[in-house]
Amino acid sequence: MTTPESTEIENSKNAAPCCCPPAETVEQSDKTPADAPCCPPQETASCCAPQDSDKPGYTLSPFVTGWIDTPTGQTPQIATRLTRTDLYGRWAMRWGIGRDRYRITPGLYAIGTPDDKAPVLVSANYKLSFDCLRSSLQHTDAWILVIDTKGVNVWCAAGKGTFGTTEIVKRCQLTRLDNIVSHRTLIVPQLGAPGVAAHTVKKETGFHVVYGPVRAKDLPLFLANDMQATDEMRRVTFTPIERFILTPVELSMMGKTLLYAMILLFVLSGIGPDIFTFKAAWTRGLNAALPLIAGLISGSVLTPVLLPWLPGRMFAIKGALTGGATALLLAATLYSDAGLSLTLALTLTVGAISSYTAMNFTGSSTFTSPSGVEKEMRLTIPWQAGSLLLAIGLWISSAF
Amino acid sequence: MTNIKPSGFKYLKDVSSLKLNVDACIGCGMCEIVCPHRIFTIEEKTARITDVDACMECGACAKNCPVDAIQVDAGVGCASAIIKGWLTGSEPSCDCSGSSCC
Ligand code: SF4
Ligand code: SF4
Repeated sequence: MTTPESTEIENSKNAAPCCCPPAETVEQSDKTPADAPCCPPQETASCCAPQDSDKPGYTLSPFVTGWIDTPTGQTPQIATRLTRTDLYGRWAMRWGIGRDRYRITPGLYAIGTPDDKAPVLVSANYKLSFDCLRSSLQHTDAWILVIDTKGVNVWCAAGKGTFGTTEIVKRCQLTRLDNIVSHRTLIVPQLGAPGVAAHTVKKETGFHVVYGPVRAKDLPLFLANDMQATDEMRRVTFTPIERFILTPVELSMMGKTLLYAMILLFVLSGIGPDIFTFKAAWTRGLNAALPLIAGLISGSVLTPVLLPWLPGRMFAIKGALTGGATALLLAATLYSDAGLSLTLALTLTVGAISSYTAMNFTGSSTFTSPSGVEKEMRLTIPWQAGSLLLAIGLWISSAF
Repeated sequence: MTNIKPSGFKYLKDVSSLKLNVDACIGCGMCEIVCPHRIFTIEEKTARITDVDACMECGACAKNCPVDAIQVDAGVGCASAIIKGWLTGSEPSCDCSGSSCC
């Protein structure tokens, strides 16, 4: 599955004894660009792992660089540099490809060479959360306690309660964490707080929960600063880049719905004076598909990125305005010869779709409340549906 | 470049279900720590809500208050989840994988 990059192959040839890297070798591998263990992942399982992990049918996760002994057995030591495979995986995830396979086996992992005083950081078993955490912890010695969130990120899992008190308590007990570290502190990401009751964790495990910063990149500073987070570290942000990163997820989710709509549209487009013709279905359908795509892009890419600069508080209004502007642009260029009723249909379609998809973005935003979204939906869905119906009516009648 | 005032992200007014029972509060400060929108401050050993309209109803404060002094209807806020909730009569839940890094 993972094709070893050329550097890794070279590495495995050069590294004389092909065996599990002790601490210094890990240091060294940290410096190689590909972040390679001493041999490629596939072979790692057969030739590199110590006996008790060398089991038929098991493959070592590519991010494991070695093992360290703890009072409760061997703990996998993980890389802090991301490989190209990790980065490809991240890209694929955003587009919704193979999302389900992106899980990390829950349990305890080591970063660097942690001892009994090293901090314990709790993470979700979603690969991106895990990657983000480990890549933020270069030159740090720490324990990572990965809990089972069913492969969902910290924030969403906390909302559902899978990143929660019970799972943390269970993992502490399963890993016998109290035998590994002498202190009694767990660092839990602040965004996990909706699912975790710190006082209950303390009561059940003896571990005191300290909430870490919102962003993993602030962790080194937080750790160096005696586990104190600044106000900035505790505040969620929603920068244009953060918003833009989320748009593929939105696009691919809404895109599926729109695909069905387009099929329907082609059928509808075929209806005309000759009852149904494929030629009409194709030419008119193609013309009609474009507004759908325009609405989708306007609602799930343009609106999120322009969010704070668009007037209004409701996402549906922001989306409708962007959609309206997009439609006018289309009407002035590609559809300049369309009649009045078609132009109206175009504007209504792009506006309605843009408005709805923009409203859906509330799910990814970091400042909308469910009560607010529900209110907004009650107010605007009738308008969106009405506009769309009107547009379809205009569209069909324009064929006659 | 990305310096937008937090007020650029104000959502609807008077919709948040956040309630604080000042009499029960023991001033432990947990709500102040966990809130991603920095809505609580502790003054004279009790919590105070500074800007209720900035609350996104994530539920972190209520969950971490050791004396249950905070109430909020926490839930997910994406439109398709709410529609699903309306149609099936169940609690909305989403399969979003959104959220920025971590
Ligand atoms: S529900 Fe969330 S956003 Fe609202 S006050 Fe509590 S912690 Fe802050
Ligand atoms: S968490 Fe509860 S008890 Fe502690 S300060 Fe906030 S409201 Fe008061």
